[in-house]
Amino acid sequence: MAAIAMPKPSQETLKKRTKIVADLQKIVRGEGVICDEIEMRPYETDGLTAYRQLPLVVVLPQTVKQVSRVLKYCYDNDVKVVPRGAGTSLSGGALPLEDGVLLSMMKFNRILEIDLGNRVVVTQPGVTNLGITTAVERDGFYYAPDPSSQIACSIGGNIAENSGGVHSLKYGLTTNNLLGLEIVLITGEVIRLGGKHLDSEAYDLLALLTGSEGLLAVVTEITVRILHKPESARAALIGFPTSEEAGKCVAEIIAAGIIPGGMELMDKLAIKAAEDFVHAGYPLDVDALMIVELDGPEAEVDDLLRRVSAIAEKNGSSYLRVSLSEEERNTFWAGRKAAFPAVGRISPDYLCMDGTIPRAALPQVLKEMQELSRKHGLRVANVFHAGDGNLHPLILYDANKPGEFAAAEAFGADILRLCVKVGGVLTGEHGVGIEKRDLMPEMYSEDDLKQQQRVKCAFDEKQLLNPGKMFPVLHRCAELGFMHVHQGQLPFPDIPRF
Amino acid sequence: MREGFHPTTVEELEAVVKWAAAGRIPLEVIGSGSKRNWGRAVQSAHTLRTDGIAGVIDYEPAELLLTVKAGTALDDIQALLKEHNQELPFEPVNLSAVFGGSNQAGTIGGVLATNLSGPRRLKAGAARDHVLGLEAVSGRGEIFKSGGRVVKNVTGYDLSRGFCSSWGTLAVATSFSIKVLPRAAKECTLVLPGLTPQEASVAMSEAMGSSAEVSSAAHLPSGFCPLSQEHSITLLRLEGIPASIDHRMEKLRSVLKRFPLQEFIEGQPSRKTWGDLRDLIPFAGSDKPLWKLSVPPTAGQQVIAELEKRFVIKWMMDWAGGLVWVEMQDEGPHDGILRRIITENGGGHATLLRGSAELRASVDVFQPQTEALMGLSKRLKVQFDPHRILNPGRMYAGM
Repeated sequence: MAAIAMPKPSQETLKKRTKIVADLQKIVRGEGVICDEIEMRPYETDGLTAYRQLPLVVVLPQTVKQVSRVLKYCYDNDVKVVPRGAGTSLSGGALPLEDGVLLSMMKFNRILEIDLGNRVVVTQPGVTNLGITTAVERDGFYYAPDPSSQIACSIGGNIAENSGGVHSLKYGLTTNNLLGLEIVLITGEVIRLGGKHLDSEAYDLLALLTGSEGLLAVVTEITVRILHKPESARAALIGFPTSEEAGKCVAEIIAAGIIPGGMELMDKLAIKAAEDFVHAGYPLDVDALMIVELDGPEAEVDDLLRRVSAIAEKNGSSYLRVSLSEEERNTFWAGRKAAFPAVGRISPDYLCMDGTIPRAALPQVLKEMQELSRKHGLRVANVFHAGDGNLHPLILYDANKPGEFAAAEAFGADILRLCVKVGGVLTGEHGVGIEKRDLMPEMYSEDDLKQQQRVKCAFDEKQLLNPGKMFPVLHRCAELGFMHVHQGQLPFPDIPRF
Repeated sequence: MREGFHPTTVEELEAVVKWAAAGRIPLEVIGSGSKRNWGRAVQSAHTLRTDGIAGVIDYEPAELLLTVKAGTALDDIQALLKEHNQELPFEPVNLSAVFGGSNQAGTIGGVLATNLSGPRRLKAGAARDHVLGLEAVSGRGEIFKSGGRVVKNVTGYDLSRGFCSSWGTLAVATSFSIKVLPRAAKECTLVLPGLTPQEASVAMSEAMGSSAEVSSAAHLPSGFCPLSQEHSITLLRLEGIPASIDHRMEKLRSVLKRFPLQEFIEGQPSRKTWGDLRDLIPFAGSDKPLWKLSVPPTAGQQVIAELEKRFVIKWMMDWAGGLVWVEMQDEGPHDGILRRIITENGGGHATLLRGSAELRASVDVFQPQTEALMGLSKRLKVQFDPHRILNPGRMYAGM
């Protein structure tokens, strides 16, 4: 197992474990409290399986009241809490703490209301992302954000991570599709934000909570907007002799004012792995393969396909195939959607990175990434949401070879530094968690990080919710209060007045 | 008389805030002041005006990205985007007609601080949805940034969106990165004359629930504006390339075939109609109390019916019924009953947009919050502005 510094476990909490378990059993009766080591095993890791830790105890509440009482108990007794949805986080967001309660929200698994007139769904957080679309698709609707784990990941986890997906280019991230939340603070207080109306009142706490990685509050109810399915959708497979040409093509499509439903890129290694795995009919004699999906009325889709094809040709495309049926469109996507497991077949282990860069920097970043690959002596397969500049380089390594995991992590960190250098960010959709925690200072100054932690202090002053994630250094809230100002005169006496 | 600071650089602005923080001196923070009469009045001897910190930092049309200083005039931004056939997709609102001031739309900082969005909010999202990055000075005088220049970014808390609609009470923004989009090649509006508010609500809901990709949906009662002189009108806007609009219009007409009276406006007349709606032109030239109600779209017509039972009102529905503008014909106060009606009809909130100084001082301008939520809001305020120097009391008393 890999090592990362987590907050020092509280000996006092560990000593009181038996009492804490007994107290929690009084709040959540029956099978809702798991304390047996073997039964807790499934909770020891999430989608970032290189890190494992058994929790103090696992609690699975079923009602908002139970959530509120569990949190208040932990607050009163200074016990840490790690909230967990389906456990698919790729950044270690749900990694347990030895001295922390693991709060699983998976018994909150009901859709509460489908309101087609207002085009919203009210749901509990443990419902899967795909479960929402499944519930409304017979009426012609769908929920737009579609992370590739959508069959398994929970909508509550999507709020925690501000999940995106292939279609977020045109339809936005979770934050753009969320209308209301019910949350429980660590103090046990229950707060409702927004609702079925379109803009929330006063401070935009929905924005702060979306992507807060379980550090601010526990979500118990969610209202999302749903959209009518587009009338038609067609996808094109476009091959290029080099990744640079593909990168230029992506930038030019967007620059032409075309916002495709999805626009994905794969490099040679990823194409080969995907084709060998699902036989999607991908060409193997190209260095980069683009999947562009256009949706809307047929007349519009036809027109846009013509324009996209022309831009691709101008940028040196060597292969073009447009889907002629729904089945063929799904086959095009099947390879892309299976790209991660496909890469898993050609390497014992891989590390998935998640930086985002300005689209125009794509050719430069691809080139430098190949240089980094040589430097670290590890292969990299590239899969990206090209339309919004979100890269998913998969670093191939073998955990059984001494030093390879460390080399892969160093390679990954170099890639993320490169993303920041060209004006991008550390993570586009997988979250900071523990994985990118220590890289935060690459992107943010100390003052920037202080402001982030001030939000944390407003919600959770004792820092009991998911500590050890997101922030490289945990300042006590009182320490953040110090102000570096000198009493006295304005240092710029000549600031214009009116 | 108030003393005003008018910094032209971030450093000067930082110096003013640090000075105020050290001396516990409250500041009224404004952009150019175009929305100064909206919200609660700030009790302070000093005004900090940010429209001296203006100008485009970086505009990359091909990246659909605009980075501007926060005090840049909205009019300048829109003119620049228009040159490149792009726009701010959320249709920023110009409130100058409502407040009877000079015809200037204010600064981009003011637009985002109030998160006010136009009719296209239904399809394109609100102002805050387009914010990618922020640089600001906190009430402690600390310069900080959040977010970045890319659309997909989950690195840390989303302070950039989180600070929209905070009315300058947490920090003073100095620059924003904003997502821009190409302007639609064409727009066309389907007009359904003579519907009752209830029928209009059904028509708008069915239109929004179809694949016609309606970008705006509004209903104006008869006698409300030139277009609705004789009968009410319900407006449904389609935008895009001509071939797509033709097809979607067919679709929309068929979805709404039980409302057989169907007319069309397109091009300039359509743009002007939506522009007037957006800028609340029908409410211009009056100083009567004007409320902004945000409710579930299908509840808009119920709320109006309940209000009409009790008061003489002038109103219109935008956002398919989700945004209701109500002008009260007497001074009121109406806040208690307005909010009770909203609560009884599916929830939402009411904000007083226009009202006399006396009215704004005596009613809750913003929706009152529950104790737990108010506590959280106040803790957030204290974290960023511990001495309550930035727009104290602008949103809520004591905050």
